[in-house]
Amino acid sequence: MLAFLLRRFGQSVIVVALMATIVFFGVNVVGNPVDMLVSPEADQAEIERVIRDFGLDKPIIEQFWYFLKGAAQGNLGTSFIFGEPAAQLILERMPATMELAICALLIAVVFGIPLGVYAGIRPQSASARTIMAASILGFSLPTFWVGIMLIMAFSVQLGWLPSTGRGDTATFLGIESSLFTLDGWSHIFLPAFNLALLKMSLVIRLSRAGTREVMQQDYIKFARAKGLSFARIVRVHLLKNILIPVVTVLGLEFGSLIAFSVVTESIFAWPGMGKLLIDAVLQLDRPIIVAYLMIIVVLFVTINLIVDVLYSLLDPRVTLTGQSS
Amino acid sequence: MKKIIVSAVLANLLLASAAYAEDLVIGLASEPTAIDPHYHNLGPNNAFSRHIFDTLIGQNEVQALFPSLAVSWQPINATTWEIKLRKGVKFHDGTDFNADDVIYSFERAPDVPNSPSSMATYTKGKTVEKVDDYTIHIKTAAPAPLVPNEISQVAIISDSIKGSDATADFNSGKAAVGTGPFKFSEFVPGDSISITANEDYWGGKPEWDSVTFKPIPTGPSRVAALFTGDVDVISGVPTTDIESVKKGGNFNIWQGPSNRVIYLHMDQFRENSPHISSLDGSPIKNPLMDQRVRLALSKAINRKGIVERVMEGVAIEAGQVLPAGFFGVSENLKPEAYDPAGAKELLADAGYGDGFALTIHGPNDRYINDSKIVEALGQMFTRVGIKTSVETMPRSVYFKRASSGGEGGLPEFSLVLVGWGAGSGEASSPLKSLIHTYDKSKGMGTANRGRHSDAEIDALIEEALATVDDEKRQDLLAQATEKAIGRLAIIPLHFQVNTWATRDGLKITPRTDEYTLAMGVTKE
Amino acid sequence: MSEVTVNAKIGNTRKEQGQTAVFLQRFTENKVAVVAFVILVILIFLALFAPWITPQNPYDLAQVDFMDGRMEPGEQAFAGYTFWLGSDGAGRDLYSAILYGLRISLTVGVASGLIALALGTAIGLIAAYAGGRTETLIMRLVDLQLSFPAILVALMLVAVMGKGVDKIIIALVAVQWAYYARTVRSIALSERKKEYVEAAKSLGLSSTRILFGHIMPNCLSPLIVVATIQTAHAIALEATLSFLGIGLPQTEPSLGILISNGFEYILSGKYWISMFPGIALLITVFSINLVGDQLRDVLNPRLAK
Repeated sequence: MLAFLLRRFGQSVIVVALMATIVFFGVNVVGNPVDMLVSPEADQAEIERVIRDFGLDKPIIEQFWYFLKGAAQGNLGTSFIFGEPAAQLILERMPATMELAICALLIAVVFGIPLGVYAGIRPQSASARTIMAASILGFSLPTFWVGIMLIMAFSVQLGWLPSTGRGDTATFLGIESSLFTLDGWSHIFLPAFNLALLKMSLVIRLSRAGTREVMQQDYIKFARAKGLSFARIVRVHLLKNILIPVVTVLGLEFGSLIAFSVVTESIFAWPGMGKLLIDAVLQLDRPIIVAYLMIIVVLFVTINLIVDVLYSLLDPRVTLTGQSS
Repeated sequence: MKKIIVSAVLANLLLASAAYAEDLVIGLASEPTAIDPHYHNLGPNNAFSRHIFDTLIGQNEVQALFPSLAVSWQPINATTWEIKLRKGVKFHDGTDFNADDVIYSFERAPDVPNSPSSMATYTKGKTVEKVDDYTIHIKTAAPAPLVPNEISQVAIISDSIKGSDATADFNSGKAAVGTGPFKFSEFVPGDSISITANEDYWGGKPEWDSVTFKPIPTGPSRVAALFTGDVDVISGVPTTDIESVKKGGNFNIWQGPSNRVIYLHMDQFRENSPHISSLDGSPIKNPLMDQRVRLALSKAINRKGIVERVMEGVAIEAGQVLPAGFFGVSENLKPEAYDPAGAKELLADAGYGDGFALTIHGPNDRYINDSKIVEALGQMFTRVGIKTSVETMPRSVYFKRASSGGEGGLPEFSLVLVGWGAGSGEASSPLKSLIHTYDKSKGMGTANRGRHSDAEIDALIEEALATVDDEKRQDLLAQATEKAIGRLAIIPLHFQVNTWATRDGLKITPRTDEYTLAMGVTKE
Repeated sequence: MSEVTVNAKIGNTRKEQGQTAVFLQRFTENKVAVVAFVILVILIFLALFAPWITPQNPYDLAQVDFMDGRMEPGEQAFAGYTFWLGSDGAGRDLYSAILYGLRISLTVGVASGLIALALGTAIGLIAAYAGGRTETLIMRLVDLQLSFPAILVALMLVAVMGKGVDKIIIALVAVQWAYYARTVRSIALSERKKEYVEAAKSLGLSSTRILFGHIMPNCLSPLIVVATIQTAHAIALEATLSFLGIGLPQTEPSLGILISNGFEYILSGKYWISMFPGIALLITVFSINLVGDQLRDVLNPRLAK
């Protein structure tokens, strides 16, 4: 296990380095940040001053060298727009995105698995068909459209929930989060639901597919023949077996929830790192884009590792080798 | 989950009833990037800094100058302005305001580390000298009539923060010490900025005890936040929603013309323009070099149609670079009338009776309804026989290509839609940047993406910029504008109109510079 | 000798006919799926023949007039025809625009879905079967790919190559293949250990044959789940990219662009501008998924009765 973890760590370092290289050169193809940053009224001398200050006058290879030197010392660059360390800006906004993603994932699992299992156990029933049809809604409608519709319905028309922004935060056990206040909950519900919809559909479909297969397996038939209660069969035999694909996909989806909450965060004016990224992309704040993606890669690699470990716990047939036979 | 909704609703009700009438929440379309008033010369930053910091000279809602920390200013010779400072003004930390603060502010303003766009644009070429505690002299190398306009952009900070004046110190609040009507309270990037009233403000206590700015960049979300009462005022109401805000009953719309003109730049410097070809795709001589073709394009544009249909009535047809009422506009220029038949005739005269193929480029996230305008232009040009394609892109990609994406760092496109806001509030700003010949050494023609070049117009602009006498300068600027429009250096389309919305009972003064100021919000 | 061959051939054909018949019979068991299939065929037909059954070519700037913009359903265009579904902000007849947009959306969704499926499955299977350094390399590549936000891929492609259907497909494939690879690999990993693979190995079958002939069919069921979702998701993702301003050219709108154009009208009461393209998108995605669901159930060897 330790060898496995060490090897994975080594591989991860390579992945992060590779990512940094690709992104660094990739973002340099797009636009010129100076055109975005400098006031249109500035003269050519001022434009050249900014280019010099940001080191953009140097050859790209040299810029990359400075970036690597900084990165080796834990400095991922300074944001062009905010003038503060990019990594710090991203980490400051991470809690907001994390709470959003966690809530979305919880909503997806808490609603998705029971609905999916139910639809899988009684595939022909009308309610199961309705669940499946409704789940299609979740991923066929573009997020931005659903988001504004949710605001229209629950905030503007019904007036139940606030339309945008993050609620008051409170600190509990050293963690500052809006999940510790009622105001925070009222603000997070709509965006989390918006973000959860797609994942919920996915969970419903995966658990239904899994359930249908497992229910046909011999061991379920045996268990039934043995006279085990239905509840116990579902809990012990069914859930354990359908959890593998669900865990795989959700593991991936949690990362993508964090990385791609961009649209939801824009619509709901959520002060998370997704919004920071889209602003950075639109205004070509290269250091933020590079740092963001490096942080996301680390997150993904970690999540994948956890998923692989969970596999081995859930399915004894899978062994952890990392570099197998 | 149901429980949560219920408690959330309760929390909401409690909050709503606990809010005081003197608190104001403003939903902003774009967020300031820093509290430091000298860090980034950018509309939202400059607007926000007016709450905490004063300038020597203020700009009112139509960008006319008024005395702020300076009580008077006048030229004492061709190259020196004498400025008398206001006495008895105190900074938020209790220290007195005097000439030393001004000197320190003008030293720091052009020289903030990592600044993405510095205040040097306004301070360059000026030497500030202290005469006594309440008098300063600003000296320039050449006659500089725009000194008052330019220094009206520079926020005055306290010299008590010397030594700990990094941008981060402003964002944390430590250095955010000004003389303005509000005191800094908290900045949570992406989420909110809070300020509280400065009870001892020299101009009188402000109307609001506390103000919170919330950035909500997505248009419909911003409108929804107004509808739900999450915010009291919003800036940048999308043109599509103005009608529904009015119909909503409990809300008011406030509008005023802006200093921003939307116009077309045409490639006037290349024999073969990259995005123009004959109908069969073979290269042709650049038709935009021909003034008749440029006039034909202008006549082919139904400006009234654009204003009424695309902008839903929220824009003003343009015939020059600034709307009526601004310093230096010409009274003789009218928007070019819609005349497709005349356009076809001119094209035939110029030898393009069968038309040619053209691609028009524009941004899709920069100006109000920008991509829709470009598309409407495409339709109108097609109707007079120019086979037009339309390409829009995010500004991050667009501006690089439009300014320097072509061969040899030249502008790439043949016909571009761009906008220009006159920060100085008078006509020399667009004239020198858009119409003057592109000239690095003089710092002129910076944004001249069509590279129109006319020695006569250049001379008029340069003369105006060195003429201190207001009346004479006004005349020169108007002349330059008339010549530039007459020779179709650019094709103006319309002036943007800025729109704010408030809940009932509130009133906001529309400003031409697009600033959203809490000082402008009053109870009706 | 030749007789035997002939007999064998006949036997084969019969068996195939039998399979097709069983397949058809099982597919038609579900009436909803049949209806969905019919709708899908109609939609494809409408999309293919759009130029002949619409009053306006919404891609021809000479036929579109912004003075006709934002007309309510039922109003008359200057050109004489009626906007049965209203017009959008640029003056495009929504009925025409939806049919033309359907073409683009279907092309984008299906093409990117299929390419990503093929690519991802092959890569995932190879990873699972080869193991060792190959697997490690591939899976780290997958990690890399999954962490790359779709908008950034698209933004770079737009910057380098310009807008276009082909560029969007490339961007969507680049975004999606890793999902397939990861899913396939995870299932194949546990399949590889099963008895039938051991049996096939001991029979001396080639790796390729085991991989594609034995392991792959067992991965199909979850793959079809992912594929139907991803195809629909690709169409929605394309809409989101358009919403962010980096999708397809705006003068040749897909369903996604039509919806995102309508986004700004949602609060203004001009419901038709985003509602009708939205409904069209929904119907399309619904039918793809219902057909996909049924296919999955029919094709899954483990659900065979």
